[in-house]
Amino acid sequence: MAETFDRVKQIIVDRLDADESKVTMEASFKEDLEADSLDVVELVMELEDEFDMEISDEEAEKINTVGDAVNYINSVS
Amino acid sequence: MLHEQVALVTGASRGIGRAIALELAQSGAKVAVNYAGSEDRADAVVQEIKDNGGEAIKIQANVSQGDDVSRMVKTVVEEFGRLDILVNNAGITKDNLLMRMKEQEFDDVIDTNLKGVFMCTKGVTRQMMKQKFGRIINISSIVGVSGNPGQANYVAAKAGVIGLTKSNAKELASRNITVNAVAPGYITTDMTDQLTDEQREQMLALIPLNRLGEGADVARAVRFLASGDAAYITGQTLHVDGGMVM
Repeated sequence: MAETFDRVKQIIVDRLDADESKVTMEASFKEDLEADSLDVVELVMELEDEFDMEISDEEAEKINTVGDAVNYINSVS
Repeated sequence: MLHEQVALVTGASRGIGRAIALELAQSGAKVAVNYAGSEDRADAVVQEIKDNGGEAIKIQANVSQGDDVSRMVKTVVEEFGRLDILVNNAGITKDNLLMRMKEQEFDDVIDTNLKGVFMCTKGVTRQMMKQKFGRIINISSIVGVSGNPGQANYVAAKAGVIGLTKSNAKELASRNITVNAVAPGYITTDMTDQLTDEQREQMLALIPLNRLGEGADVARAVRFLASGDAAYITGQTLHVDGGMVM
């Protein structure tokens, strides 16, 4: 669980150039991390590569916060 | 000019697509030659590129089918390691007067000529976003700007391609992916060879430069838009029509 969060966090920090302290489970990509829609799509693509999984468009649309991403990844892996 | 770059040209087994594939290869790009049915002719294009010292592969795919497009893009990336240039050229005609045009004729042309551009663009976007580089060139037609009797389906699709080009250009610009269209006028291909002499004469009267275009005229415009020289151009439609529509 913690490991998934750390890996997701690292990708977010790299990709969005976000302040590490801002990347919490509750943080919203668009509201708190200043990502636009395309950033989120790109982030989901990177998560797919990092965790070697496919996230359907339907599932991807439900990912709004860091926690949503971490929980989804944990639920399928 | 395009060394180490990888290009995918749809509908590249003949006509304008063939000229584009040859031109990009001549400029140093590795080229994936897509075709729907003409395998022999695709083989000939690949062979011609190889004979000139270039690299090419052929890939069969129907551009309006999602599974085909996914497989095609995957093959290009597996073979060549990246994908820099997409030329959406595949197109068909099913001309008929509006009052006689069957719904199926309308749908078929929209599927290949418009939906195919959407599908292939969507298909390559992931790879291009990762690369933070991409050049997408959509082959529209001058009739998409001017209209043409007997081609309601074709004109609707080609006008749609221009809108799609602008929308995609805005959406992908932040990732250093440019999207432009080329709108050929009357180009000598299998399609225009079917015209009667009288039709040809009428056509020439409308072309200020007083000749039909060659596939190479279009191919050179595509090469320009694919090159670094066009890095600051996106969302545009370049008319290659001898001045027919201004």
